[in-house]
Amino acid sequence: MMTQLLTIWSDSPALSLAIWLAILVIVLYLGRSHAHQLFRATGRAIHGSMRLASRSISQLEQRLSARNRDVLLAMGRREVEEAIERDFNRVYDIMERDLSRYPKLHRRIADAIEKIEEDYQEASDTPPLPPAWSEVVETVSALPGSSDPAVHKVLDNIREVIEDAHRETVKLYQKSSRDRHRVLAGMQPQWRALDQNMGKVKQTIDGLEERSQTIDKQMQEYASIRAGEEQALNSLTASSLTQFLIAGLVLFVALLGGLINFHLIAMPMSEMVGGTSYIGSMRTSDIAALVIILVEVAMGVFLLESLRITHLFPMIGRMDDRMRRRMMIASLTILTLLASIEASLAYMRDLLALDREALNQTLAGTAVVEAQFRWIPSIGQMMLGFILPFALAFVAIPLESFIHSLRTVLGLITLGLLRALRLVVRMVGGFANHLSKMLVHFYDMLIVVPLGIEQLVRNHSGKSKPEKPEAESVPWDDDELVGKSAEVKS
Amino acid sequence: MKRFLSRLRVKALTVLLLSVGLLVACSDAGRPDNRAVYLLLDTSGTYTEELEKAQSIIAYLLGALQSGDSIAVARIDSGSFTEKNLIAKVTFDDRPSTANSQKRAFKQTVDEAIGNIKRGSAHTDITGGVIQAHDYLTETGAGQRYLFVFSDLEEDLQAGHIRDFPIEMNGVNVVAINVTKLRGDNIDPREYAERLDNWQARVEQGGGSWRVVNDLERLNRLIEVR
Repeated sequence: MMTQLLTIWSDSPALSLAIWLAILVIVLYLGRSHAHQLFRATGRAIHGSMRLASRSISQLEQRLSARNRDVLLAMGRREVEEAIERDFNRVYDIMERDLSRYPKLHRRIADAIEKIEEDYQEASDTPPLPPAWSEVVETVSALPGSSDPAVHKVLDNIREVIEDAHRETVKLYQKSSRDRHRVLAGMQPQWRALDQNMGKVKQTIDGLEERSQTIDKQMQEYASIRAGEEQALNSLTASSLTQFLIAGLVLFVALLGGLINFHLIAMPMSEMVGGTSYIGSMRTSDIAALVIILVEVAMGVFLLESLRITHLFPMIGRMDDRMRRRMMIASLTILTLLASIEASLAYMRDLLALDREALNQTLAGTAVVEAQFRWIPSIGQMMLGFILPFALAFVAIPLESFIHSLRTVLGLITLGLLRALRLVVRMVGGFANHLSKMLVHFYDMLIVVPLGIEQLVRNHSGKSKPEKPEAESVPWDDDELVGKSAEVKS
Repeated sequence: MKRFLSRLRVKALTVLLLSVGLLVACSDAGRPDNRAVYLLLDTSGTYTEELEKAQSIIAYLLGALQSGDSIAVARIDSGSFTEKNLIAKVTFDDRPSTANSQKRAFKQTVDEAIGNIKRGSAHTDITGGVIQAHDYLTETGAGQRYLFVFSDLEEDLQAGHIRDFPIEMNGVNVVAINVTKLRGDNIDPREYAERLDNWQARVEQGGGSWRVVNDLERLNRLIEVR
């Protein structure tokens, strides 16, 4: 067929091919304007569609971003509100605990001050030494010695009396000083009590001050979140990502713990439910072990919910205290029972391992050897079987953090994907537009000979048809489209 | 809206019930990976001297098999296509502890039976034993079926016994163990190779797979671990 077509004009394939090429060039030349329109229209259509798609994605991205922002701010607001409420409760506790006793404390302080004042008064009220007596003694002592023995005797008597009186006075003064010192010594416990009471007051006031500073900071943060500041948003995003990573890490550790727990009870479970029945491609005993572990986790979640540590189920949180307490007791009881079952299964596992070991020794033809200190791993396995369910129960805390932060992380990932998609769509649109231009030029390259002839003819005839400039503007601009769609809607 | 939600709930409940039903139906519907093993012990002629080695194979098999698996040991003598040649057979219980007790009892039975074999049989009917083994393995319905032939593979049929027909071995993994060389093989080793090739051809034409393990130290990969 091809050969026939090739030799349709001449027996020489080269000549025939040249004729075909000439025909092709002429046809292409004649269809030039239509081909150009086709290429450009297609290019612009793809470009326009892609821009439209990009615009839609951008709007979706904005909506998602706004939604993420709202969710993040709402979460942050709720957290800060809870923190502020908690701090106010603490302040209330301090007021209730310490400052409610303040009147009593104040009375004690006032009593102590009054007592100190009385003691002070008592200590300061001392009998003064009569100053004239010392002068009399000094005058009598300074009198010159008289030759008259009677005078001398009288003077001696006077001096002795005065000196005796002076000694008595000094003794009285010393006694009075001792009494004052005793009173002052008695004031010491009062001072100490006063100091202690004042210390307590200071501690309370300091605690209040510290708490008020914390509340101030949280209020600032709250105000920042309410104002929707970018800084608060960034901080909340970072906090959410950190929470996601930490919770994910803890959940991974819990998963490993669950895996160990599973291996601890899967084998002995086959002793209870049989080791040969299957559900799907999984052994029933394995599924039973898995179910026990999952029920333990569920009980742990309910326990922490009823303790109001986590808030995964609002219904449990809304229960009245009595019902909540009942639920707490029920979940704790079931958890303890399951832990006990696990401990017994772990012991059974040890027994089975022992039996298997003995069997292997029998099959090998050797005497069965009793291992020493075999009870240590037995007890270890039992304890592990009992403790692991309780450890797994706490998985509710990281699980809650994980779920809460997952919303933010998924939002960010979706946002990133949308951005990438928008970029790709815009690139495809741009590429299609440029490809259409390239095809137009390539088309002209194929028909360069007739185009050259056309140019020469035009030059000779003196008419030069100006090339219509290529419209670079996009006919389907986004704004135009949006305007059009708005018109349609109206 | 309420009506829609109500319908949705009914649908969800139906799907849940169907899923549970499907799970229950799947339960114990098939035991895809349980195993059945048949061990043929050649008790003819001078091969009885090798029987002590078979005990280590039995010990290995008992150690490797688990709950739900089956094992049978039979002897090859002048006429092997009979249930009388079956020394012991057992399917292990679902509970591992009971399965261990069954293994102990099985080992004791086989040890006693091997200990009672004092004289070898006059003829060797391997094909009859293989057909008997295939019947047993098929009956177990096991996912993995193994036939271990502990023999020199030299068949010596009694006059009148007909065994020269194709044997059905579909899905059976046949393992020839401890295929000892005979006096004639020493003179012309091609006879040994020819003997092995003939058995391989018969087994593979019957739809089974064929393997030879002569080194009893390499028993650890005889059957697949599950």
